Amino acid sequence: MREAGRGKREAGNLRGGGVGRWVFGGALVLLMLFTLFPFYWAVVASFMSDAQLFRDPTLFPRHLIFDHYHALFTERDFVTPIRNSLVVAGTTTLFCLTVGTLAAYALARIDFHGKAPIMAFILAVTMFPQISIVSPLYLLLRSLHLIDTYPGLIMPYMTFAMPLTVWVLTGSIRQIPKDLEEAAHVDGATRRQSFTRILLPLALPSLATTGILTFIYCWNEFLFALSFTLGPERQTVPVAIALFRGQYQVPWGEILAAAVVATAPVAAMVLVFQRRIVQGLTAGAVKG
Amino acid sequence: MRESSRLGSEARLGWALVAPALGVIALIAIFPLGWTFWESLHLHELRMPWLGKPFIGLANYVEIARDPRFWSALGHTAFFTVVSISLELLIGLFLALAMNRVFRGRGFVRAAVLVPWAIPTVVAALLWRFIFESQGGILNALLVDVGILNQPMVWFIQASTAWVPVILADVWKTTPFVALLLLAGLQHIDLSLYEAAAVDGANAWWQLRHITLPLLKPAILVTLIFRTLDGFRVFDLIYVLTGGGPGTSTEPVALYTFNALLQNLRFGYGSALSVVIFAITFGLALFYVRGLGVRLGGDEG
Repeated sequence: MREAGRGKREAGNLRGGGVGRWVFGGALVLLMLFTLFPFYWAVVASFMSDAQLFRDPTLFPRHLIFDHYHALFTERDFVTPIRNSLVVAGTTTLFCLTVGTLAAYALARIDFHGKAPIMAFILAVTMFPQISIVSPLYLLLRSLHLIDTYPGLIMPYMTFAMPLTVWVLTGSIRQIPKDLEEAAHVDGATRRQSFTRILLPLALPSLATTGILTFIYCWNEFLFALSFTLGPERQTVPVAIALFRGQYQVPWGEILAAAVVATAPVAAMVLVFQRRIVQGLTAGAVKG
Repeated sequence: MRESSRLGSEARLGWALVAPALGVIALIAIFPLGWTFWESLHLHELRMPWLGKPFIGLANYVEIARDPRFWSALGHTAFFTVVSISLELLIGLFLALAMNRVFRGRGFVRAAVLVPWAIPTVVAALLWRFIFESQGGILNALLVDVGILNQPMVWFIQASTAWVPVILADVWKTTPFVALLLLAGLQHIDLSLYEAAAVDGANAWWQLRHITLPLLKPAILVTLIFRTLDGFRVFDLIYVLTGGGPGTSTEPVALYTFNALLQNLRFGYGSALSVVIFAITFGLALFYVRGLGVRLGGDEG
């Protein structure tokens, strides 16, 4: 539907004349350069030797080397933070999806009093500052001997992952037409049947998108991971990279290589699922 | 009768399905919030266990009121929030208007802007730190090459220049999100309005001011509220880029609180700071929702 309207949109919306178009195009190109340059430079620099990087940095190096990537996995053991991040983000995401799907189904499809306050409450929780619960979580985890453990990260991660999952999932389930479920009800299907046989298959793409979003938020989280881990054994990727230290100078080559490794999967996911992620992000946030 | 009992069982089912998620949120987010407040009424120095944990009423809050480092941290946070959000709204609006048009490479633009949003903030901060480094930083090299600078500049040595990479990095990372929220708002505007205006001979600027911006106001306000609350809890970005330095001249409240808690292990005082941040955030949200009438989500409204 929207596709069909596009030609019109161009005709009506902000049609610029000759000069306007050039200014507009130029500004857009500059913005794209601004957006892409840091990535280009990080990737290129991660393949440069330290000597060249610090003495004579150039945007277009002739010799590319893999030393930093090699060091990352031999001298640094960057595999451990990656494993930690995968375990923590993966477990949190799976748990939130399981529990969150039930809640989102109820909020999107069942009529009951208290829905509006629940949605408001969930939204409020997604917005409150993480730092305001660091102190009790630290004391709680310390008394349970969970500092520097996987559960000691997964539990705090629920604080932002659970409301996020429920919020996004509710928004996207609401956009799935009800017709099929209603038809099934008329045919005598129970709620359980219409949920498991009809809605769930239809909602699988939404579940995947929400899962990706939740996973990205967990993968990127820094404050809790910094607060509730003690050493390299349980540090997640962002903490490990932020605390990289060299013997004499900042090991930029390795930091950038690590940044590329940590970012590449997320960037790839975003590029592949771009359209769906944008829908998921904005479904709950803005309505016409 | 049957209708009402059916509704009753529907309501029970609804609550039963929502309960686990709400329970998790209450247990790990709301209950700790209350605990933070309780903690803030005590003297609790983990470094000095022999002091015990005496109840001291509001003494921590009195200390905050007299703490110059807190007030300057609050100032830094407000400064950062206002400057970065203004830039993000302006650039984001431009990007949203751009992505709403048809042009060659639009798919590419949409995908490209999403990547900075998706990468860890820590990585974004490191990329910009690397660009602004005095030794081997590409920005200095370029500025010297072009002749704008005579010699490499040390950006992180004073607050006035250290803010440049901080704000630039935030704008770089967050503008895509702003643009996407605004774009979603733009796509809800009825196109016939523009057609009617065009028939009446209204130019693009008039259309922007009298159609697009007024109708986009709800989306702009929602974006504003999200970004203000985000700005007030800024932590990762500044932790990595400046560490709050030089000295504490770029330290935001979240970083000050983190230091009070986990560097100095002052749990009573740190908790009081946490409560203050929470109260400010809450107050801001309330101001937006009540004062400006922002409507957030939900199917009603």
